Amino acid sequence: MRAAAAATTGRLAVGPSLTRTAIVLGGGAIVLVVAMVVAVAVGSVGVSIGDTAAILGHRLLGLPIPRTWSVGAEQIIFDVRLPRVLTAMLVGGGLALAGTVFQALLRNPMADPYIIGTAAGASLGAIAGLMAPILVPALAIGAGSSWLGLGVVQVLAFAGGLGTVLLVYAVSRTNGRVPVVTLLLTGYAVSSVLAAGVALLMFFSGQRLGAIFGWLMGSLANARWLNLAFAAPLLAISGALLVIRWRRLNLLLLGDEPASHLGLDVEREKLALTMLATLATSTVVAISGTIGFVGLVVPHLLRLAIGPDHRLLLPASILFGASLLALADLGARLAGGVPVGIVTALIGAPFFIYLLRRSRDLSRGAVA
Amino acid sequence: MSTGVATAPLVAAQGLVVGYPLASGGRREVLRGVDLALTRGELVALLGTNGSGKTTLLRAFAGTLHPDAGSVTLDGRSLGDWSRPALARRIAVLPQQLELPVGFTVAELVAMGRAPHARRLFASTAEDDRAVARALLDADAADLADRRAEELSGGERQRLLVAMALAQEPDLLLLDEPTLHLDLAHQVGLLSAIRRLRAQRGITVLAVLHDLNLAAGFAPRAVVLDGGRIVADGLPDEILSPDLVQRVFGVPVDEARTTEGRRHLALRLD
Repeated sequence: MRAAAAATTGRLAVGPSLTRTAIVLGGGAIVLVVAMVVAVAVGSVGVSIGDTAAILGHRLLGLPIPRTWSVGAEQIIFDVRLPRVLTAMLVGGGLALAGTVFQALLRNPMADPYIIGTAAGASLGAIAGLMAPILVPALAIGAGSSWLGLGVVQVLAFAGGLGTVLLVYAVSRTNGRVPVVTLLLTGYAVSSVLAAGVALLMFFSGQRLGAIFGWLMGSLANARWLNLAFAAPLLAISGALLVIRWRRLNLLLLGDEPASHLGLDVEREKLALTMLATLATSTVVAISGTIGFVGLVVPHLLRLAIGPDHRLLLPASILFGASLLALADLGARLAGGVPVGIVTALIGAPFFIYLLRRSRDLSRGAVA
Repeated sequence: MSTGVATAPLVAAQGLVVGYPLASGGRREVLRGVDLALTRGELVALLGTNGSGKTTLLRAFAGTLHPDAGSVTLDGRSLGDWSRPALARRIAVLPQQLELPVGFTVAELVAMGRAPHARRLFASTAEDDRAVARALLDADAADLADRRAEELSGGERQRLLVAMALAQEPDLLLLDEPTLHLDLAHQVGLLSAIRRLRAQRGITVLAVLHDLNLAAGFAPRAVVLDGGRIVADGLPDEILSPDLVQRVFGVPVDEARTTEGRRHLALRLD
């Protein structure tokens, strides 16, 4: 007892140690850079890894690298693949971060970024945008126009996701409180109504069904620098404001009342977290459609690997979510351009099951 | 804090009425006019039947429930005028039930008790680390520091919760049935630790207890709630009479004297 006491007063490791943080985040950053270079280098037109790295270093970091590559290669790398890979990274990082936040906030392992209505609202908005030329012929011209470089579809998806969650939150509010279970159930109910609207529009969609289906599966084929310019600042702001809230998310894991006993203004914090995570999700969905699986599974995988402390979990989820989706999109491109959502589900889900079983065996082994 | 107000109460409830909304639309009054003042460093046992309002009184003292009438003040200021973090730096609560999140070590959970004191965005301060180490020691939980919360036994878990509350470095510690689910040795260990803490740190303690004899041995002052009102308040040895127990708990008891001359209540079973 005395020895333990002396050891404790001397030095106490609270939370992740500096080296662990450095390994996880440094490793995550390295994986991200490698994933980026590989995903940019590989494609239907081969550009060597060395040339790809040189082009990226030259154009992104302004390094004085002598030009040994063709103009065509630079165009393919910089104008076509790089925006797509960066979009994949933003989307993957944003979804994984939002998923981590919602799982903690709702204290529900089944939670993903879409769970309280973002996906249904964004889908209805996007599909209304895709259908607008058919529904209202006068809009046929307007559908091709853009707002701040964004198509009508993106704007409506963004507004639909954000608006739906605002509605769900307002409806869930009783006596100044928003119970987590009510939020989940209201989100489910409102999503069901909106899904009926989506189904109705799809029923009347005619030859647009393919485009609608592609959007619902999620795809990065329409990635453009302009979309990135819209999404990157919104994600940077919401991401930063979420990452610095790690302490509050940890407290919320204890439950509302214990968290308030530890100084958290619980209702205000739940609102802030919901809105920030929804802002990130709606932004991502606007430029990529509803890509599934990443936001549900990356948080779980990371929790298994590095533990539940949000100090490390939030930044790690951004890094690894970004790498995962960049590589999954590479797979989607190599598979002949199928929607990336199919790849994430097809490869990721079995892998996830494998890890779950393995971790269960491990914990059983530790007890025995 | 200031010595000038040494005799003024640390916390005080005056004419406190608290109720819960009913599904039918009305309100069910749980506390019906409670006056209770605790002076700094006092150790008080809160007794009463299930539903008498003990937990509600603790929650009102914690600032979780807002009074329908009357007031609760800390250092003379109404709890509603305190910010949440400011309140959490003064008052810590050991709840009756707490679902601990999986995967955290005891040291990490105890460090969460420092949240109301947090000053840096990502790092903890040297002061935080010292407070956590001291809390682990004082709660007799230093040997648990690297264990995971889900692996703890009931007694170890309770020590963890006490350490979390102590890391807040509160002036007032509110304990809701801290001995629940503990065997005799752990009950005695925990209550002894709390008495020691109160002596070392000068913390004021209000603890809900069920065992009347344990309460009498633990605290120099007992408060008995019945039907949302205080029906007795004073030295346990004087107020916990067979008559009061019969009246409040509806149970006949015999009384005896311990070798030190303390009153002991014995249940009469058929």
